[in-house]
Amino acid sequence: MKAYWYLTRASGAVSLILLTVAVVVGILSIGRVQSQRWPRFVIDGVHRSSSLLAVAFLAVHVATAVLDSFAPISLLDAVIPFAGSYRPLWLGLGAVALDLLLAVTITSLLRRRLGHRRWRMVHWLAYATWPIAVVHSLGTGSDVRLAWLQLTCAVCGAAVVAAVLARIAIGWPAHRRIRIGALGALTAALVSVALWLPQGPLGHDWAKRAGTPTNLLPASERGARS
Amino acid sequence: MSLPRLLAGIDDLPMDQRRHTSVHGELPRWRATELLAELERSGLRGRGGGGFPLALKLAAVRRGGSSPVVVVNGTESEPMSTKDRLLMWCAPHLIVDGAVALADAIGAAEVIFCLDELEPRIHESLHREIGERAEGRRLTMGIVATPGGYVTGHESAIVHWHDDGIATPLPNPPRVSERGVRRRPTLVANVETVAHVALIARHGADWFRELGTEADPGTALITLSGAVADPGVYEIAHGEPLASLLRTAGGASEPIRAFLVGGYGGGWVDAGELPKLRLSRAQLRPFGTRLGAGVVVALGQSACPVAEIARAAEWLSAQSAGQCGPCIHGLGSIAAGMASIRDGDDPPTLDRVARWCELVTGRGACAHPDGVAEFISSALRVFAPELIDHAELGRCDACDASPTLTLSGTHAVH
Amino acid sequence: MRIEIDPIACDGHGLCAELLPELIALDEWGYPLIADREVPPELEALARRAASVCPTLALRLAPRHRAGQR
Repeated sequence: MKAYWYLTRASGAVSLILLTVAVVVGILSIGRVQSQRWPRFVIDGVHRSSSLLAVAFLAVHVATAVLDSFAPISLLDAVIPFAGSYRPLWLGLGAVALDLLLAVTITSLLRRRLGHRRWRMVHWLAYATWPIAVVHSLGTGSDVRLAWLQLTCAVCGAAVVAAVLARIAIGWPAHRRIRIGALGALTAALVSVALWLPQGPLGHDWAKRAGTPTNLLPASERGARS
Repeated sequence: MSLPRLLAGIDDLPMDQRRHTSVHGELPRWRATELLAELERSGLRGRGGGGFPLALKLAAVRRGGSSPVVVVNGTESEPMSTKDRLLMWCAPHLIVDGAVALADAIGAAEVIFCLDELEPRIHESLHREIGERAEGRRLTMGIVATPGGYVTGHESAIVHWHDDGIATPLPNPPRVSERGVRRRPTLVANVETVAHVALIARHGADWFRELGTEADPGTALITLSGAVADPGVYEIAHGEPLASLLRTAGGASEPIRAFLVGGYGGGWVDAGELPKLRLSRAQLRPFGTRLGAGVVVALGQSACPVAEIARAAEWLSAQSAGQCGPCIHGLGSIAAGMASIRDGDDPPTLDRVARWCELVTGRGACAHPDGVAEFISSALRVFAPELIDHAELGRCDACDASPTLTLSGTHAVH
Repeated sequence: MRIEIDPIACDGHGLCAELLPELIALDEWGYPLIADREVPPELEALARRAASVCPTLALRLAPRHRAGQR
């Protein structure tokens, strides 16, 4: 049913936006950004709510992707990365992001029982979840050439980059090495994406190069040499 | 039997087992429950500074479960105290006796002796004596060297150091009597306390109570320093007038301004109160101080109390384990405030400093900030004239004199 | 119900004081000062939220008549 295909793309995008909100708010919260109108417990509430909503939309995203008959995506492909037949690498990244997000969510729900230290170790994975989710959406989706997805990713990206820069700046120069490392990682990530996009998802024959099964390719691309 | 008790037979060299037995007699073996009852009757309280009744500690450890451990705390992190080192160097067998008796009483199979890593001589001597005693007993005895630092001597810091190599206090609850070394119920007892146990095991609770007061029975070791002719370790019966101890120590070497009783966790008392000062926990309480680990310092009139306090406050602030916000910030503010008062450099009011003392009390994981608060609050009361003077006029001539209060191990065994 | 703070875990984030100003104030360094009384029933839900929202899980709720610390 065509509706599933639309739903999966839409819910994926919404989930990414919500995840971005959660990450940005989380970064600002731990950086102890305060204001009179936004008490910290409210900021904490926004972080928790947006994360849980992101998970909810992610569930819809996965369910509709599986239900949709166009692409051969099974439920297993959603949690076990790189084993599927549809764009295995890029879809697989989505599975990785899902697994990480599940770990972060479950440990957060059980935070009181686990204790602060163990919860915190797992929560750091959130910093990996977000960029993996972004790369997944750029690589897997067929909408990457469309303005709305590009705009969404750009805005989300800008928001997270801004939040990370702000976080690195607060309390500088304490923990200098970690901050410089983070700055380096951020720069490397941005440069990589900037280099990859034009050759990758925005380049020619991406659907084929990304691993879309041949029978699903538009006729024009079938049999085309890479 | 009268004084000396703990210090009986002591001279400059360690007493070997033969001499120890000739001075003190053989150690009788007790049934666990009977020794525990005897210790309770004796009213013996800890001599490490806390003053907690030993019988209560023993009961808590016994309730704690199986495989308890005995830790003999010889870290002596109170800088101006030398009594524990003296006992460990001169009377090691007395301490081992007490440790063994305690281990038997609570059913412990392991005894750990702790002492400062900067005392290799004592370490070697103790190691030898333990070696001689351990044979033929189902008791493991070992020595652990602890790093320097004021909070290192805290019960839970010792456990933390032993298990994880980090010498900072642990959250409480749980108490170390429930969960200490390797998560087992642990009795941490000061060296002097353990030595008293060895004597009570020989002579009984009634004997112990022959000296001292009803509320604070027995004897105690006092490390006396400052403006006295013969500073050093003295054994007193609880309740002895400070004036009498001073006479025994050859008298004051100059007119005294005030006494510090209880070390850095204790409090200051004006010299005018000397006729009323008697050395026991209960009798010191009305003066806002306590005997603690038995440190008494006489501050001469030639010293500058403000400079002394400011210097001590800075050191005490640096000694914070750095785990609890109120301690880190509070002691920091107090130290900076005292320095500003000494220098007359935009100083805080005395009320402000007193407020900081209130703010740090009871808000840390250990009693370090509480001790500092008492030390400083009593100074604010006793030295108010000098403090106000400095706040207005800045440093005085005596500020740079050689200090009376010692900060860290310049330990010479007397 | 009583509020207890683990002083080692507490980092002075201050969310607890935002939620429960009736029982928790902040000292001049941002660390919590807890009123020495039981949590009244009408504030119990907020107390539970404060325990849940504490970034370092330093705030704990103890049942009434807990024996003294240290």
